[in-house]
Amino acid sequence: MNLVTFSGPPSSGKTSVILKTIKALKERGLKVGVVKFDALSTDDDILYEKAGVPVRKGLSGALCPDHYFVSNIEEVVEWGKGEGLDLLITESAGLCNRCSPYIKEIKAICVLDNLSGINTPKKIGPMLKMADIAIITKGDIVSQAEREVFASRVNMVNPGAIVMHVNGLNGQGAFELSTLLYEKEEKIDSLKGKKLRFSMPAALCSYCLGETRIGESYQMGNVRKIDMNGKGQK
Amino acid sequence: MKNGKRLKARKISQLLELYPFLTTFFEDNLINIEGKADLTISELLSTIDEDELEDKALDVEKLTTNISDYIDQMIEFLGEDGNNGVAKLTILPGRNKTGEDENFDPIEINKSEIISIVGPTGSGKSRLLADIEWTAQEDTPTMRKILINDELPDKKWRFSSSNKLVAQLSQNMNFVMDLTVKEFLELHAKSRMVEEEQSVIDKIINEANKLAGEKFDPDTPVTSLSGGQSRALMIADTAILSSSPIVLIDEIENAGIDRKKALQLLVGEEKIVLMATHDPLLALMGDKRIVINNGGIKKLIKTSDEEKDILSGLEKMDSVVQGMRKKLRYGELLSSEDLMKENKNA
Repeated sequence: MNLVTFSGPPSSGKTSVILKTIKALKERGLKVGVVKFDALSTDDDILYEKAGVPVRKGLSGALCPDHYFVSNIEEVVEWGKGEGLDLLITESAGLCNRCSPYIKEIKAICVLDNLSGINTPKKIGPMLKMADIAIITKGDIVSQAEREVFASRVNMVNPGAIVMHVNGLNGQGAFELSTLLYEKEEKIDSLKGKKLRFSMPAALCSYCLGETRIGESYQMGNVRKIDMNGKGQK
Repeated sequence: MKNGKRLKARKISQLLELYPFLTTFFEDNLINIEGKADLTISELLSTIDEDELEDKALDVEKLTTNISDYIDQMIEFLGEDGNNGVAKLTILPGRNKTGEDENFDPIEINKSEIISIVGPTGSGKSRLLADIEWTAQEDTPTMRKILINDELPDKKWRFSSSNKLVAQLSQNMNFVMDLTVKEFLELHAKSRMVEEEQSVIDKIINEANKLAGEKFDPDTPVTSLSGGQSRALMIADTAILSSSPIVLIDEIENAGIDRKKALQLLVGEEKIVLMATHDPLLALMGDKRIVINNGGIKKLIKTSDEEKDILSGLEKMDSVVQGMRKKLRYGELLSSEDLMKENKNA
């Protein structure tokens, strides 16, 4: 079985891109399944089901979705093997722009959209910088110039990545992407011992533990203050 | 990482002098180079402490490879001429949706040629354009093969972000950035690293204004341009500033733009123009047209002399309509004489 991790900001088009790509993979006779991670709720599993794609969803609830992802990825792989998949795709929630649940030696794809603005690539951390492939969506509604500028910004923060344009609505580019996702020789049996490409952000303050009151005396643990007059302020 | 070794010894100040584009690179990668001009790259990266690395989510090893990769890419990119040397595109036959072989002689398209693509919705126009964009090598559903300058295409056409083979102009495109025309073009020119930025920008605005029915000012926000002005700007910008040697047009709406001039501008910049259209005025402007049916290329038709005569008739009719449009815009009444009158300045 092959494993590919997809992530990207909310509403960037991950599910549409994956669905269109799976369609092309199925035409090659490959069995593809998806595990969708999200925070509070997702209906994407229904979309996958409708398309005849074996799917499981994981809702992290009160936990950070990417922490939740790493703690569960082994079970996810077990499920994929049990289903007899050729390719297992995980789709992340992609919430805070810093994290990326990418694993070393496992193909990592980041989906971004042209509408998010040209300053977005530099605002996104390892989720984009550590990806092997950057997919740019919604190119059909912006000008050629904006597409070129956006792609060049993506290239600047991750020159090693393949940058591709995929249209999640009409599937333009999805076939091409599908050719990069599956390699016959590759066999993922277990992820035990593999490492994340980048550490997750440090946390654990009183608010992580359920505190709701505001005020310095309630703040404990890993707390940091804004320097209102320091460097980096206007 | 061709530059790996050479980069190691150089100071930041020397690097910036050699590769000015690194300034934006450092900025976009959140690396502060202020006061660090005398350091080498590895010294610079080692001045970033653990906390900062953590906060900005930086990875020194990855950054080191990225800097070197980026410089390699930019050197290659800057070393190429405007059109990336695509003088000729060849399409070799594959098969249609039902698996039957396509029956046509290799289609050769040269720079500055306009090719129309016709066929009903769902017939496979998009797939053909995708085959070209992906430089298909019998590895797409149609099994077609694309050659560039009579040779197997370079991989860069598939995977490099700054060398896309095809630029696209379609009906539903908008500007979404909140910038003036001038700022917008500056941004695009910077990303393309053109020299003589100002003269390129002036040229684009000038050409766009020739295409648009109503002129616009460089200080107009791009989002306030009319439909015609937007299309004119997009076409002029794509013709002059886009790196892609092939331009794909998905219909150009008639309103507010001189379509003939638009096509002339594109081919004048040595682009190959592919145009999916059923508008006779546009389709006949093509030198040839590709007919698609059931996912396959059915035939290639050369625009006949009779059709060229028809085209000049159509242009007269179009000019009559444009003339009326102009009169309406300026609050005039139309008369039946207008039906006979060609609009000389359209």
